[in-house]
Amino acid sequence: MSRKIEGVKNVNENPCNMCMPMGGILALKGIEQTMVVLHGSQGCSTYMRRHISQHFNEPIDVGSSSLNEKGTIYGGEKNLKQAFNNILRVYHPQMIGVLTTCLAETIGEDVERIAAEYLRENKLNYPIVTAPTPGYGGSHAEGYFFTVRRIVEGLAKKAEKNYKINIFVSNISPADIREIKRILDLMQVRYTLCPDFSDTLDRPYVRPYTKIPEGGTKLADIAEMSGALATVQMGMTVDESISPGEYLREEFGVPLYTIPIPIGLENTDIFIKLLQELTGGVIPLSLQNERGRLVDAMIDSHKYNFEGRSAIFGEPELVYALAGACIENGIMPLVVATGSKNSTLCTLVQDLSAEKGLDFIPEIVTESDFKEIRGLSVAKGVNVAIGHSDGHYLEEQENIPLVRLGFPIHDRIGGQRILSVGYTGTAMFLDRVTNTLLAAKQKSYRQTMYNKFYRGKEKSEVAKYELLRV
Amino acid sequence: MNAELSAIELSIKEREDFIATKGKQKKQLRCDAESIAGCVSQRACVFCGARVVLNPITDAIHLIHGPIGCASYTWDIRGSLSSGTELYRNSFSTDLKEQDVIFGGEKKLARAIDELVAAYHAKLIFVYSTCIVGVIGDDIEAVCRAAMVRHHIKVIPVQSSGFIGNKSAGYRAACDSLLSLIHTEKKISKKPKSVNYLGDFNLAGEAWIIRDYLARIGVTVSTVFTGDASYEELKTAPAASLNIIQCAGSMAYLAKQMEELYHIPYLRISFLGIEDTAVTLRNIAEYFEDPEMQQKVEILIEEESRKVTDELSFYRKKLEGKKAAVYVGGGFKAISLIKQFREIGMEVVMVGTQTGQPDDYDTINGLVTEGTVVLDDANPAELEKFMIEQGANLLVGGVKERPLAYKLGVAFVDHNHERKHPLSGFVGAVNFAREVYSTVCSPVWRSIQMKTPWGE
Ligand code: SF4
Ligand code: SF4
Repeated sequence: MSRKIEGVKNVNENPCNMCMPMGGILALKGIEQTMVVLHGSQGCSTYMRRHISQHFNEPIDVGSSSLNEKGTIYGGEKNLKQAFNNILRVYHPQMIGVLTTCLAETIGEDVERIAAEYLRENKLNYPIVTAPTPGYGGSHAEGYFFTVRRIVEGLAKKAEKNYKINIFVSNISPADIREIKRILDLMQVRYTLCPDFSDTLDRPYVRPYTKIPEGGTKLADIAEMSGALATVQMGMTVDESISPGEYLREEFGVPLYTIPIPIGLENTDIFIKLLQELTGGVIPLSLQNERGRLVDAMIDSHKYNFEGRSAIFGEPELVYALAGACIENGIMPLVVATGSKNSTLCTLVQDLSAEKGLDFIPEIVTESDFKEIRGLSVAKGVNVAIGHSDGHYLEEQENIPLVRLGFPIHDRIGGQRILSVGYTGTAMFLDRVTNTLLAAKQKSYRQTMYNKFYRGKEKSEVAKYELLRV
Repeated sequence: MNAELSAIELSIKEREDFIATKGKQKKQLRCDAESIAGCVSQRACVFCGARVVLNPITDAIHLIHGPIGCASYTWDIRGSLSSGTELYRNSFSTDLKEQDVIFGGEKKLARAIDELVAAYHAKLIFVYSTCIVGVIGDDIEAVCRAAMVRHHIKVIPVQSSGFIGNKSAGYRAACDSLLSLIHTEKKISKKPKSVNYLGDFNLAGEAWIIRDYLARIGVTVSTVFTGDASYEELKTAPAASLNIIQCAGSMAYLAKQMEELYHIPYLRISFLGIEDTAVTLRNIAEYFEDPEMQQKVEILIEEESRKVTDELSFYRKKLEGKKAAVYVGGGFKAISLIKQFREIGMEVVMVGTQTGQPDDYDTINGLVTEGTVVLDDANPAELEKFMIEQGANLLVGGVKERPLAYKLGVAFVDHNHERKHPLSGFVGAVNFAREVYSTVCSPVWRSIQMKTPWGE
């Protein structure tokens, strides 16, 4: 049913994932007045900035310690300290996050020590959060959660009980984060959401321009996460070792609730029910109506959706949520793939398929690449792909239409505005998939029917030939 | 505006030598140096430079020996077109993991090559090294040599470890690989009136446009380095009688080497803008000392100009007097952009490059007017400061610079490897003007000036 390839692949052909520090940058961009420095060679940071700014259409400033040959041989301490100096001078951030790259890790740089030393030398009491994120150590998905954990480890202090709820979101869009916040507000939940890049990576046009955008999770709020009533983490596939919620549980005894990203009816129900249980609040009528509308939409489009045979790919957490949303609508997920290494995803999707008694068996592949995803999609007769822009390859090569969501979206505009969470977001997601299926059908059905059935007013030789072909 | 200006002082001392204002200071601009840590340089790496140059070779397997990120971020991001196979558009990587970093990646690389040869039957493989390969000490030369013997195909190492220099070093590494690829011991019989066209990557079909122009004046193009090039075609390069170089930043070195090895003289040319294109065609005809060719050139210029003058003068009218800021990769691009802006009546008030060389900056300095800011290896803070101070209406740059321009309410033109329309030749000149027009004269700039309902 599922297959995990371990250590046997020698070539990755058309990657479905990116590297660890990429996820780290995204996480740090969701923290108030924070600048990021990548310890390593210049190129990595330039590439990642380029990728991120293409997706969000925002300026993405990330410093680099610009390691050169000398730094590589004798250690990059000097470079990193100089980077701190220059970043502080130009950006005046309230916090610096340091990520490493393959190069820094390979030469064995201890960024934690260097940062501590820098602060001591300059008599600074200043938050520098470090996260060793070698690109070869994992994908951007792990880099993201691990960095969030490092942020919490670095900032959370023992605090009084404050009856707030910690919400850790996985890498969803700024529009998704705003929707989650709207739902929390509707339900009158007091919360700290982290990382919150809903403003920082999707900022309104305002003058004057500021180098570091407004918004992001407040440092003071992160400090008090230890006193929260509970942590809700969208991280079904997240390993304990990189889980920020797990850290708060172990270190401060904050109860941890792990839920899927609320995409899909059931996944959103889980989220709403949990909030209600935790806070004892009421579910407002407006939200009840949103749910009703979603169910109505699901019925409206169920027959079209039932013709859908999907390939879902991207970060494990997103893929899992999407699998649920597809299954409940009959958009059979025949191929479920991630570039990351994640055996939990396999188990979860298997369990989900078993629980729903599906008439088909999803092929679940981890550490995958687009060569594999393409092969499987063709073999299984997939007719809609759901995932990030690199899947345009399926569209181009195999004519499988792609519903874009996730990260990165680089061949369309508006990656930051794609809304898919909550009841309303789910309805919008569903419409996008259904309409893609409909568009494909409407584009081709006249020709298909003609080819299949038309035999001429009088049977001609040509028609006989056609008959043979069909 | 003033509050904004005072907020953006330049605060990094080390950067001062890299910035100059024409007419103000008499100083030699510093360039071609390493980026300063923490300055948020816009530069890419050696590997990037090498991949830009080689990737357009269509029937090659481009295998990146390194961790996955380096490959991910460069997969199919260039708009080079192919008239045949699309093999070059795949991203192949050895996807090095922790254990490879510890125990070395040579064996994995060898196996990767074997797998790819079996799957694709390619005659040519480029193996790019990335930063950590340089550090863990994999001998990619040896692995490639052995693979060559095993498979009887060309397996060419590209020494592009990212930290030894910048993009220019990557160009050079790529040129070295190209030289080893075209190397021949055989006696070469020269093809008369044939040229190699260096430094065009066939973005949106640019090399095809130039091929057509040259065919019309009776010149055959042997090989384009490297737009839409194939292995067989590249091998014919030594037989050409002239090399013409468009993008000198990446290709001057190759041209010099080919002059020495194969006695092919070279001309620096530019097909960007009407003026440069005409001059280039005339220079080529003059080089071949062929009156008939000269005649054909004049006919071509006359024909092609006629097609575009009306449209161009429309844009010129609309754009006259607007101010442009330029921040691009290499010196060649910056120089031709200054001239192109002049053709449409615009003045360049800020110009910078990531990897310009001293002689590029001399040329730039000669071209721009007093008061223009010239800068090398700029960062976002500087771009922001000078765009505002110099009152630029437009920025030319790459993807990373675009959002910054937009946030400042400044128009933007993409001048990178992703564009989907050609900028070369006469058609290209119109495309360029049209793109400038479409952004500078867009009605959205009126919307951002509008008062909000709450009176701001
Ligand atoms: S590791 Fe080196 S080669 Fe790879 S992107 Fe970074 S700088 Fe470039
Ligand atoms: S994989 Fe490593 S070397 Fe490559 S871009 Fe990522 S951090 Fe840099």
